[in-house]
Amino acid sequence: MTWALRDKYAITGIGNTEYTKNSGRTVRSLASEACLRAIADAGLKVEDVDGIVSFNFNDSAPAIGVASEIGVPAAGYAVDYLAGGNGANLITLAATAAIEAGLAKTVVCYRAMNGRSGFRLGGGRDMSAYGITQWTAPFGWITYPQAMAMWARRHIVQYGTTPEQFGEIAMTCRENAMLNERAMQRGPMTLEDYMHSKPIVDPFRKFDICLESDGACAVVITSAERARDMPHKPVYIMGGAYGGGPTQGDDFFDAIRWPDHAHNAFKYLGDDLWKSAGITPKDVDVAQIYDCFTYSVLMALEGLGFCKEGEGGPFVMGGRIRRDGELPINTAGGLLSEAYIHGFNHVLEAVEQLRGHSGERQIKDAEICLTTAGAMTCASAMILRN
Amino acid sequence: MSYAKPLPVPDPESRPFWEATKQHKLLMQRSPTTGKFQFPPTTFTPGGLERPEWVEVSGRGKVFSWIVVRAPTPADIYAADVPYTVALIELDEGVRMASNIVNCAPEDVSAGMPVKVLYKQVTDEITLPLFEPA
Repeated sequence: MTWALRDKYAITGIGNTEYTKNSGRTVRSLASEACLRAIADAGLKVEDVDGIVSFNFNDSAPAIGVASEIGVPAAGYAVDYLAGGNGANLITLAATAAIEAGLAKTVVCYRAMNGRSGFRLGGGRDMSAYGITQWTAPFGWITYPQAMAMWARRHIVQYGTTPEQFGEIAMTCRENAMLNERAMQRGPMTLEDYMHSKPIVDPFRKFDICLESDGACAVVITSAERARDMPHKPVYIMGGAYGGGPTQGDDFFDAIRWPDHAHNAFKYLGDDLWKSAGITPKDVDVAQIYDCFTYSVLMALEGLGFCKEGEGGPFVMGGRIRRDGELPINTAGGLLSEAYIHGFNHVLEAVEQLRGHSGERQIKDAEICLTTAGAMTCASAMILRN
Repeated sequence: MSYAKPLPVPDPESRPFWEATKQHKLLMQRSPTTGKFQFPPTTFTPGGLERPEWVEVSGRGKVFSWIVVRAPTPADIYAADVPYTVALIELDEGVRMASNIVNCAPEDVSAGMPVKVLYKQVTDEITLPLFEPA
Protein backbone atom coordinates (compact mmCIF):
# COMPACT_ATOMS: atom_id res chain seq x y z
CA MET A 1 0.00 0.00 0.00
CA THR A 2 1.19 3.48 -0.78
CA TRP A 3 0.89 6.49 1.54
CA ALA A 4 -1.43 8.83 -0.33
CA LEU A 5 -1.15 12.28 1.31
CA ARG A 6 1.53 13.88 -0.84
CA ASP A 7 2.16 17.53 0.15
CA LYS A 8 -1.02 17.71 2.24
CA TYR A 9 0.81 17.94 5.57
CA ALA A 10 3.86 19.80 6.75
CA ILE A 11 6.36 20.03 9.58
CA THR A 12 6.02 23.52 10.99
CA GLY A 13 8.02 23.36 14.20
CA ILE A 14 11.07 21.56 15.55
CA GLY A 15 12.53 21.38 19.03
CA ASN A 16 15.21 19.53 20.93
CA THR A 17 17.03 19.42 24.22
CA GLU A 18 20.76 19.32 24.71
CA TYR A 19 22.27 15.94 23.87
CA THR A 20 24.30 14.64 26.81
CA LYS A 21 25.62 11.52 28.51
CA ASN A 22 23.87 12.25 31.77
CA SER A 23 20.90 14.59 31.69
CA GLY A 24 20.17 14.35 35.42
CA ARG A 25 16.52 14.81 34.47
CA THR A 26 13.43 12.71 34.02
CA VAL A 27 12.72 11.46 30.52
CA ARG A 28 9.33 13.17 30.70
CA SER A 29 10.92 16.56 31.30
CA LEU A 30 13.21 16.04 28.30
CA ALA A 31 10.18 15.20 26.17
CA SER A 32 8.27 18.20 27.47
CA GLU A 33 11.13 20.57 26.72
CA ALA A 34 11.51 19.32 23.14
CA CYS A 35 7.73 19.50 22.57
CA LEU A 36 7.43 23.00 24.05
CA ARG A 37 10.33 24.24 21.91
CA ALA A 38 8.76 22.71 18.79
CA ILE A 39 5.37 24.27 19.57
CA ALA A 40 6.99 27.70 20.08
CA ASP A 41 9.04 27.27 16.90
CA ALA A 42 5.78 26.70 15.01
CA GLY A 43 4.43 29.96 16.44
CA LEU A 44 1.77 28.09 18.37
CA LYS A 45 0.57 27.85 21.93
CA VAL A 46 0.14 24.61 23.85
CA GLU A 47 -3.64 25.11 23.60
CA ASP A 48 -3.36 24.75 19.82
CA VAL A 49 -2.10 21.18 20.14
CA ASP A 50 -4.65 18.37 20.18
CA GLY A 51 -2.54 15.32 19.34
CA ILE A 52 0.69 13.91 20.72
CA VAL A 53 2.53 10.81 19.51
CA SER A 54 5.72 9.05 20.53
CA PHE A 55 7.46 5.68 20.27
CA ASN A 56 9.31 3.71 22.86
CA PHE A 57 10.87 0.51 24.14
CA ASN A 58 9.33 1.07 27.59
CA ASP A 59 12.10 3.62 28.04
CA SER A 60 10.31 6.87 27.25
CA ALA A 61 7.69 9.11 28.77
CA PRO A 62 4.10 8.23 27.80
CA ALA A 63 2.36 10.72 25.54
CA ILE A 64 -0.39 11.38 28.08
CA GLY A 65 2.24 12.23 30.70
CA VAL A 66 3.91 14.76 28.46
CA ALA A 67 0.54 16.19 27.44
CA SER A 68 -0.29 16.59 31.13
CA GLU A 69 3.03 18.25 32.02
CA ILE A 70 2.94 20.77 29.20
CA GLY A 71 -0.78 21.42 29.62
CA VAL A 72 -2.43 20.20 26.42
CA PRO A 73 -6.07 20.92 27.29
CA ALA A 74 -7.58 17.89 25.56
CA ALA A 75 -5.25 15.52 23.76
CA GLY A 76 -7.66 13.63 21.56
CA TYR A 77 -4.97 11.63 19.84
CA ALA A 78 -2.36 10.69 22.44
CA VAL A 79 -0.64 7.51 21.35
CA ASP A 80 2.58 5.63 22.06
CA TYR A 81 3.90 3.27 19.45
CA LEU A 82 6.03 0.30 20.47
CA ALA A 83 8.86 0.72 18.00
CA GLY A 84 12.60 0.58 17.63
CA GLY A 85 14.82 2.32 15.12
CA ASN A 86 11.96 2.10 12.65
CA GLY A 87 9.86 4.58 14.64
CA ALA A 88 10.96 8.10 13.72
CA ASN A 89 9.22 8.46 10.38
CA LEU A 90 6.50 6.01 11.34
CA ILE A 91 5.07 8.28 14.03
CA THR A 92 5.34 11.34 11.82
CA LEU A 93 3.40 9.57 9.08
CA ALA A 94 0.92 8.36 11.71
CA ALA A 95 0.31 11.99 12.65
CA THR A 96 -0.66 12.83 9.07
CA ALA A 97 -3.06 9.90 9.04
CA ALA A 98 -4.62 11.00 12.33
CA ILE A 99 -5.17 14.53 11.07
CA GLU A 100 -6.53 13.25 7.74
CA ALA A 101 -8.97 11.07 9.70
CA GLY A 102 -10.17 14.06 11.68
CA LEU A 103 -8.74 12.84 14.98
CA ALA A 104 -6.59 15.95 15.50
CA LYS A 105 -5.56 19.18 13.83
CA THR A 106 -2.09 19.81 15.20
CA VAL A 107 0.06 16.92 16.36
CA VAL A 108 3.37 16.97 18.23
CA CYS A 109 5.61 13.93 17.66
CA TYR A 110 8.57 13.27 19.94
CA ARG A 111 11.18 10.76 21.03
CA ALA A 112 12.79 11.19 24.44
CA MET A 113 15.25 8.97 26.22
CA ASN A 114 17.96 8.78 28.85
CA GLY A 115 19.71 6.45 26.44
CA ARG A 116 23.07 6.65 28.20
CA SER A 117 22.37 7.38 31.85
CA GLY A 118 19.13 5.40 32.11
CA PHE A 119 17.82 2.45 30.12
CA ARG A 120 20.51 1.53 27.59
CA LEU A 121 19.08 -0.17 24.51
CA GLY A 122 19.88 -3.86 24.65
CA GLY A 123 20.92 -3.44 28.25
CA GLY A 124 17.57 -4.41 29.68
CA ARG A 125 17.92 -8.12 29.01
CA ASP A 126 18.19 -10.00 32.26
CA MET A 127 19.88 -13.35 32.79
CA SER A 128 16.64 -15.26 32.38
CA ALA A 129 16.12 -15.65 28.66
CA TYR A 130 12.36 -15.65 28.11
CA GLY A 131 10.52 -15.92 24.82
CA ILE A 132 12.49 -15.23 21.68
CA THR A 133 15.55 -14.33 23.77
CA GLN A 134 16.00 -17.98 24.77
CA TRP A 135 17.23 -18.63 21.23
CA THR A 136 19.87 -15.86 21.30
CA ALA A 137 21.13 -14.75 24.73
CA PRO A 138 22.23 -18.18 26.04
CA PHE A 139 24.86 -18.16 23.27
CA GLY A 140 26.24 -14.77 24.35
CA TRP A 141 24.32 -12.96 21.56
CA ILE A 142 22.89 -10.14 23.65
CA THR A 143 23.69 -6.58 22.59
CA TYR A 144 22.63 -4.55 19.55
CA PRO A 145 26.17 -4.35 18.15
CA GLN A 146 26.24 -8.15 18.38
CA ALA A 147 22.87 -8.42 16.65
CA MET A 148 23.75 -6.10 13.80
CA ALA A 149 27.25 -7.44 13.23
CA MET A 150 25.54 -10.60 11.96
CA TRP A 151 23.90 -8.52 9.20
CA ALA A 152 27.07 -6.63 8.33
CA ARG A 153 29.00 -9.91 8.04
CA ARG A 154 26.48 -11.21 5.55
CA HIS A 155 26.97 -8.10 3.39
CA ILE A 156 30.74 -8.65 3.52
CA VAL A 157 30.36 -12.34 2.60
CA GLN A 158 28.10 -11.66 -0.37
CA TYR A 159 29.60 -8.45 -1.72
CA GLY A 160 33.14 -8.09 -0.39
CA THR A 161 32.39 -4.88 1.52
CA THR A 162 35.57 -3.48 3.12
CA PRO A 163 36.48 -1.74 6.41
CA GLU A 164 37.52 1.31 4.37
CA GLN A 165 33.95 1.58 3.06
CA PHE A 166 32.48 1.36 6.56
CA GLY A 167 35.13 3.85 7.66
CA GLU A 168 34.12 6.35 4.97
CA ILE A 169 30.62 6.47 6.47
CA ALA A 170 31.97 7.02 9.99
CA MET A 171 34.35 9.75 8.78
CA THR A 172 31.65 11.50 6.74
CA CYS A 173 29.37 11.70 9.78
CA ARG A 174 32.20 12.99 11.95
CA GLU A 175 33.23 15.63 9.43
CA ASN A 176 29.65 16.92 9.42
CA ALA A 177 29.37 16.81 13.21
CA MET A 178 32.39 19.09 13.46
CA LEU A 179 30.17 21.85 12.02
CA ASN A 180 27.27 21.17 14.36
CA GLU A 181 27.34 22.70 17.81
CA ARG A 182 24.73 20.20 19.06
CA ALA A 183 26.90 17.21 18.18
CA MET A 184 28.33 15.07 20.99
CA GLN A 185 31.45 14.00 19.05
CA ARG A 186 33.23 16.83 17.26
CA GLY A 187 36.86 15.77 17.15
CA PRO A 188 38.36 14.90 13.75
CA MET A 189 38.48 11.25 12.66
CA THR A 190 40.97 9.85 10.14
CA LEU A 191 40.82 6.47 8.46
CA GLU A 192 43.65 5.44 10.75
CA ASP A 193 41.60 6.49 13.79
CA TYR A 194 38.72 4.41 12.45
CA MET A 195 40.84 1.34 11.70
CA HIS A 196 42.47 1.48 15.12
CA SER A 197 39.28 2.05 17.10
CA LYS A 198 38.61 -0.71 19.62
CA PRO A 199 37.39 -4.04 18.19
CA ILE A 200 33.97 -4.65 19.76
CA VAL A 201 32.41 -7.49 17.82
CA ASP A 202 33.77 -8.48 14.41
CA PRO A 203 33.21 -7.03 11.91
CA PHE A 204 32.51 -3.90 14.05
CA ARG A 205 35.00 -1.54 15.58
CA LYS A 206 33.96 1.11 18.08
CA PHE A 207 33.54 3.75 15.35
CA ASP A 208 31.04 1.57 13.46
CA ILE A 209 28.68 1.91 16.41
CA CYS A 210 26.44 4.89 17.18
CA LEU A 211 26.53 7.00 20.32
CA GLU A 212 24.34 6.56 23.36
CA SER A 213 22.60 9.79 24.37
CA ASP A 214 20.24 11.45 26.80
CA GLY A 215 17.91 13.91 25.08
CA ALA A 216 14.73 14.51 23.16
CA CYS A 217 13.53 15.74 19.78
CA ALA A 218 10.07 16.86 18.67
CA VAL A 219 8.26 18.10 15.57
CA VAL A 220 4.87 19.74 15.00
CA ILE A 221 2.71 18.43 12.15
CA THR A 222 -0.29 20.21 10.70
CA SER A 223 -2.07 20.65 7.38
CA ALA A 224 -0.26 22.36 4.51
CA GLU A 225 -3.00 24.99 4.49
CA ARG A 226 -2.47 25.94 8.15
CA ALA A 227 1.30 25.62 7.78
CA ARG A 228 1.39 28.49 5.32
CA ASP A 229 0.32 30.92 8.08
CA MET A 230 3.12 29.90 10.44
CA PRO A 231 6.46 31.67 10.97
CA HIS A 232 8.76 29.28 9.12
CA LYS A 233 8.73 28.13 5.53
CA PRO A 234 6.70 24.88 5.67
CA VAL A 235 8.53 21.63 5.12
CA TYR A 236 6.05 19.45 3.24
CA ILE A 237 5.80 15.72 3.69
CA MET A 238 6.02 14.68 0.06
CA GLY A 239 6.24 10.94 0.47
CA GLY A 240 6.46 8.22 3.04
CA ALA A 241 6.62 4.49 3.54
CA TYR A 242 6.60 2.11 6.45
CA GLY A 243 7.01 -1.62 6.68
CA GLY A 244 9.32 -4.46 5.93
CA GLY A 245 9.55 -7.89 4.43
CA PRO A 246 8.19 -11.27 5.48
CA THR A 247 8.99 -12.76 8.92
CA GLN A 248 9.96 -9.52 10.65
CA GLY A 249 10.53 -11.48 13.85
CA ASP A 250 9.23 -11.59 17.40
CA ASP A 251 10.84 -8.35 18.57
CA PHE A 252 13.31 -5.67 17.50
CA PHE A 253 16.30 -7.97 18.07
CA ASP A 254 15.05 -11.14 16.47
CA ALA A 255 15.82 -11.70 12.80
CA ILE A 256 16.39 -15.47 12.83
CA ARG A 257 13.75 -16.02 10.15
CA TRP A 258 14.73 -13.05 7.95
CA PRO A 259 15.32 -14.28 4.38
CA ASP A 260 18.75 -12.76 3.76
CA HIS A 261 20.67 -10.51 6.14
CA ALA A 262 22.73 -8.98 3.32
CA HIS A 263 19.84 -6.56 2.84
CA ASN A 264 17.29 -5.12 5.21
CA ALA A 265 13.73 -3.79 5.23
CA PHE A 266 14.51 -0.98 2.77
CA LYS A 267 14.59 -3.55 -0.02
CA TYR A 268 10.84 -3.79 0.52
CA LEU A 269 10.06 -0.08 0.98
CA GLY A 270 11.63 1.65 -2.00
CA ASP A 271 8.88 1.24 -4.57
CA ASP A 272 6.18 2.53 -2.22
CA LEU A 273 8.33 5.42 -1.08
CA TRP A 274 9.18 6.77 -4.52
CA LYS A 275 5.65 6.17 -5.79
CA SER A 276 4.17 8.09 -2.86
CA ALA A 277 6.39 11.12 -3.56
CA GLY A 278 6.31 10.87 -7.35
CA ILE A 279 10.09 11.21 -7.62
CA THR A 280 13.14 8.99 -8.07
CA PRO A 281 16.38 8.70 -6.05
CA LYS A 282 18.07 11.08 -8.50
CA ASP A 283 15.81 13.91 -7.29
CA VAL A 284 17.09 13.75 -3.69
CA ASP A 285 19.40 16.63 -2.74
CA VAL A 286 20.37 15.49 0.74
CA ALA A 287 19.68 12.37 2.82
CA GLN A 288 19.53 11.68 6.55
CA ILE A 289 20.07 7.93 6.74
CA TYR A 290 19.61 5.91 9.91
CA ASP A 291 23.14 5.07 10.98
CA CYS A 292 22.90 3.10 14.18
CA PHE A 293 25.82 1.27 12.59
CA THR A 294 27.87 2.16 9.55
CA TYR A 295 26.63 -0.80 7.51
CA SER A 296 22.98 0.22 7.82
CA VAL A 297 23.68 3.21 5.55
CA LEU A 298 24.80 0.82 2.81
CA MET A 299 21.66 -1.29 3.07
CA ALA A 300 19.37 1.77 2.96
CA LEU A 301 21.17 3.15 -0.11
CA GLU A 302 20.91 -0.18 -1.88
CA GLY A 303 17.38 -1.00 -0.76
CA LEU A 304 16.02 2.37 -1.85
CA GLY A 305 17.73 2.13 -5.22
CA PHE A 306 20.48 4.77 -5.01
CA CYS A 307 22.74 2.00 -6.28
CA LYS A 308 22.39 -1.68 -7.12
CA GLU A 309 22.21 -4.35 -4.46
CA GLY A 310 25.71 -5.05 -3.18
CA GLU A 311 27.20 -1.85 -4.61
CA GLY A 312 26.71 0.32 -1.54
CA GLY A 313 30.36 -0.02 -0.55
CA PRO A 314 31.85 1.36 -3.76
CA PHE A 315 28.97 3.90 -4.00
CA VAL A 316 29.92 5.72 -0.78
CA MET A 317 33.57 6.14 -1.80
CA GLY A 318 35.19 8.98 -3.70
CA GLY A 319 33.43 11.78 -1.83
CA ARG A 320 29.95 10.99 -3.13
CA ILE A 321 28.30 11.18 0.33
CA ARG A 322 30.35 14.15 1.62
CA ARG A 323 28.82 17.63 1.80
CA ASP A 324 30.05 18.63 -1.66
CA GLY A 325 29.24 15.24 -3.20
CA GLU A 326 26.36 13.98 -5.30
CA LEU A 327 24.38 12.73 -2.28
CA PRO A 328 25.39 14.39 0.99
CA ILE A 329 24.28 12.29 3.95
CA ASN A 330 23.83 12.80 7.69
CA THR A 331 24.72 16.46 7.55
CA ALA A 332 24.40 16.99 11.32
CA GLY A 333 26.69 14.06 12.08
CA GLY A 334 24.07 11.35 12.33
CA LEU A 335 23.60 8.86 15.10
CA LEU A 336 27.29 8.03 14.80
CA SER A 337 28.51 11.50 15.75
CA GLU A 338 25.66 13.92 16.56
CA ALA A 339 23.54 11.93 19.02
CA TYR A 340 21.34 8.89 19.25
CA ILE A 341 17.81 10.10 19.81
CA HIS A 342 16.63 6.92 18.15
CA GLY A 343 16.78 8.49 14.71
CA PHE A 344 14.48 11.42 15.46
CA ASN A 345 17.39 13.86 15.29
CA HIS A 346 17.61 12.99 11.57
CA VAL A 347 14.12 14.44 11.05
CA LEU A 348 15.14 17.70 12.74
CA GLU A 349 18.23 18.06 10.57
CA ALA A 350 16.15 17.39 7.45
CA VAL A 351 13.86 20.27 8.41
CA GLU A 352 16.79 22.59 9.13
CA GLN A 353 18.36 21.79 5.76
CA LEU A 354 15.09 22.50 3.94
CA ARG A 355 14.63 25.77 5.83
CA GLY A 356 18.20 26.72 4.94
CA HIS A 357 19.03 26.93 8.65
CA SER A 358 21.92 24.47 8.82
CA GLY A 359 24.60 27.13 9.00
CA GLU A 360 28.07 26.09 7.96
CA ARG A 361 26.89 22.60 7.09
CA GLN A 362 24.02 23.82 4.88
CA ILE A 363 23.71 22.02 1.54
CA LYS A 364 23.22 24.74 -1.05
CA ASP A 365 19.79 24.87 -2.67
CA ALA A 366 18.56 21.76 -0.85
CA GLU A 367 14.93 21.24 -1.88
CA ILE A 368 14.30 17.55 -1.31
CA CYS A 369 15.53 15.55 1.66
CA LEU A 370 15.18 11.83 2.42
CA THR A 371 14.97 10.64 6.02
CA THR A 372 15.17 6.97 6.93
CA ALA A 373 14.66 5.09 10.18
CA GLY A 374 15.45 1.49 10.97
CA ALA A 375 18.18 -0.96 10.09
CA MET A 376 16.73 -4.43 10.39
CA THR A 377 13.47 -6.14 9.44
CA CYS A 378 11.12 -3.15 9.55
CA ALA A 379 11.77 0.48 8.72
CA SER A 380 10.26 3.81 7.74
CA ALA A 381 11.21 6.63 5.43
CA MET A 382 9.97 10.06 4.39
CA ILE A 383 10.61 12.43 1.54
CA LEU A 384 10.45 16.05 2.70
CA ARG A 385 10.53 19.14 0.47
CA ASN A 386 10.44 22.88 0.92
CA MET B 1 29.44 -22.43 41.36
CA SER B 2 26.22 -21.11 39.93
CA TYR B 3 25.89 -20.50 36.21
CA ALA B 4 26.02 -16.73 35.55
CA LYS B 5 25.15 -16.56 31.83
CA PRO B 6 21.65 -16.15 30.42
CA LEU B 7 19.61 -19.32 30.78
CA PRO B 8 16.69 -20.26 28.54
CA VAL B 9 13.32 -20.30 30.28
CA PRO B 10 11.38 -23.13 28.60
CA ASP B 11 7.78 -22.24 27.76
CA PRO B 12 4.86 -24.18 26.26
CA GLU B 13 6.29 -23.72 22.76
CA SER B 14 9.94 -24.43 23.51
CA ARG B 15 9.81 -27.12 26.21
CA PRO B 16 10.06 -30.09 23.77
CA PHE B 17 13.25 -28.57 22.34
CA TRP B 18 14.95 -28.14 25.72
CA GLU B 19 13.77 -31.55 26.96
CA ALA B 20 15.34 -33.12 23.85
CA THR B 21 18.70 -31.41 24.15
CA LYS B 22 19.03 -32.95 27.62
CA GLN B 23 18.85 -36.31 25.79
CA HIS B 24 21.37 -35.05 23.19
CA LYS B 25 18.74 -34.79 20.49
CA LEU B 26 17.99 -31.79 18.28
CA LEU B 27 14.29 -31.35 17.52
CA MET B 28 12.73 -28.94 15.06
CA GLN B 29 9.13 -28.22 14.13
CA ARG B 30 7.68 -28.87 10.69
CA SER B 31 4.34 -28.64 9.00
CA PRO B 32 2.69 -32.06 8.83
CA THR B 33 1.15 -31.19 5.45
CA THR B 34 3.96 -29.40 3.61
CA GLY B 35 6.95 -30.86 5.46
CA LYS B 36 8.43 -27.37 5.70
CA PHE B 37 10.60 -26.86 8.78
CA GLN B 38 10.32 -23.77 10.98
CA PHE B 39 12.28 -22.20 13.82
CA PRO B 40 11.88 -20.64 16.38
CA PRO B 41 8.95 -22.79 17.50
CA THR B 42 5.41 -21.43 17.33
CA THR B 43 1.96 -22.78 18.12
CA PHE B 44 0.69 -22.52 14.54
CA THR B 45 2.34 -22.91 11.16
CA PRO B 46 2.15 -19.76 9.01
CA GLY B 47 -1.10 -19.42 7.12
CA GLY B 48 -3.65 -21.14 9.30
CA LEU B 49 -4.59 -23.06 12.40
CA GLU B 50 -2.39 -26.06 11.63
CA ARG B 51 -0.23 -27.30 14.51
CA PRO B 52 3.41 -28.05 13.69
CA GLU B 53 4.94 -31.40 14.68
CA TRP B 54 8.31 -31.94 16.37
CA VAL B 55 10.82 -34.20 14.62
CA GLU B 56 14.45 -35.02 15.27
CA VAL B 57 16.84 -33.48 12.76
CA SER B 58 20.34 -34.37 11.64
CA GLY B 59 22.19 -31.74 13.66
CA ARG B 60 24.24 -30.92 10.57
CA GLY B 61 24.36 -27.66 8.71
CA LYS B 62 26.47 -24.81 7.41
CA VAL B 63 27.55 -21.42 8.76
CA PHE B 64 25.30 -18.73 7.23
CA SER B 65 26.74 -15.72 9.10
CA TRP B 66 28.85 -15.22 12.21
CA ILE B 67 30.28 -12.66 14.59
CA VAL B 68 33.29 -12.72 16.88
CA VAL B 69 32.68 -11.06 20.24
CA ARG B 70 35.84 -9.29 21.41
CA ALA B 71 34.55 -6.78 23.98
CA PRO B 72 32.72 -8.89 26.60
CA THR B 73 29.21 -7.65 27.45
CA PRO B 74 28.31 -7.87 30.30
CA ALA B 75 32.03 -7.62 30.99
CA ASP B 76 32.11 -9.60 34.22
CA ILE B 77 30.20 -12.52 32.77
CA TYR B 78 31.98 -12.98 29.45
CA ALA B 79 35.50 -11.77 30.30
CA ALA B 80 36.94 -15.28 30.29
CA ASP B 81 35.16 -16.25 27.06
CA VAL B 82 36.30 -13.65 24.53
CA PRO B 83 36.94 -13.96 21.72
CA TYR B 84 33.97 -16.25 21.08
CA THR B 85 31.96 -16.95 17.95
CA VAL B 86 28.19 -16.72 17.55
CA ALA B 87 26.81 -18.00 14.27
CA LEU B 88 23.56 -18.31 12.40
CA ILE B 89 23.62 -21.91 11.27
CA GLU B 90 21.56 -23.12 8.36
CA LEU B 91 20.58 -26.67 9.18
CA ASP B 92 20.38 -29.26 6.39
CA GLU B 93 16.60 -29.23 6.92
CA GLY B 94 16.47 -25.60 5.72
CA VAL B 95 15.97 -23.59 8.93
CA ARG B 96 18.40 -21.34 10.74
CA MET B 97 19.28 -21.21 14.43
CA ALA B 98 21.81 -19.25 16.46
CA SER B 99 24.52 -20.99 18.44
CA ASN B 100 28.22 -20.91 19.21
CA ILE B 101 30.93 -22.41 17.02
CA VAL B 102 33.36 -24.19 19.32
CA ASN B 103 36.53 -26.24 18.80
CA CYS B 104 37.46 -23.80 16.02
CA ALA B 105 39.53 -20.60 16.18
CA PRO B 106 37.38 -17.55 15.31
CA GLU B 107 39.59 -16.71 12.33
CA ASP B 108 39.02 -20.19 10.87
CA VAL B 109 35.24 -19.78 10.65
CA SER B 110 33.98 -19.14 7.13
CA ALA B 111 30.69 -18.82 5.26
CA GLY B 112 29.32 -22.17 4.22
CA MET B 113 31.59 -24.08 6.59
CA PRO B 114 29.99 -27.46 7.44
CA VAL B 115 29.22 -27.90 11.13
CA LYS B 116 27.64 -30.50 13.39
CA VAL B 117 25.92 -30.27 16.74
CA LEU B 118 27.37 -31.17 20.12
CA TYR B 119 25.86 -30.68 23.55
CA LYS B 120 26.96 -28.81 26.63
CA GLN B 121 25.12 -29.33 29.89
CA VAL B 122 25.17 -26.04 31.79
CA THR B 123 22.67 -26.77 34.60
CA ASP B 124 20.56 -29.74 35.67
CA GLU B 125 17.71 -28.32 33.59
CA ILE B 126 19.48 -26.90 30.55
CA THR B 127 21.74 -28.44 27.93
CA LEU B 128 22.76 -26.08 25.11
CA PRO B 129 23.22 -27.28 21.53
CA LEU B 130 26.55 -25.95 20.23
CA PHE B 131 28.27 -26.55 16.89
CA GLU B 132 31.76 -27.52 15.76
CA PRO B 133 33.36 -28.05 12.35
CA ALA B 134 32.01 -31.24 10.74
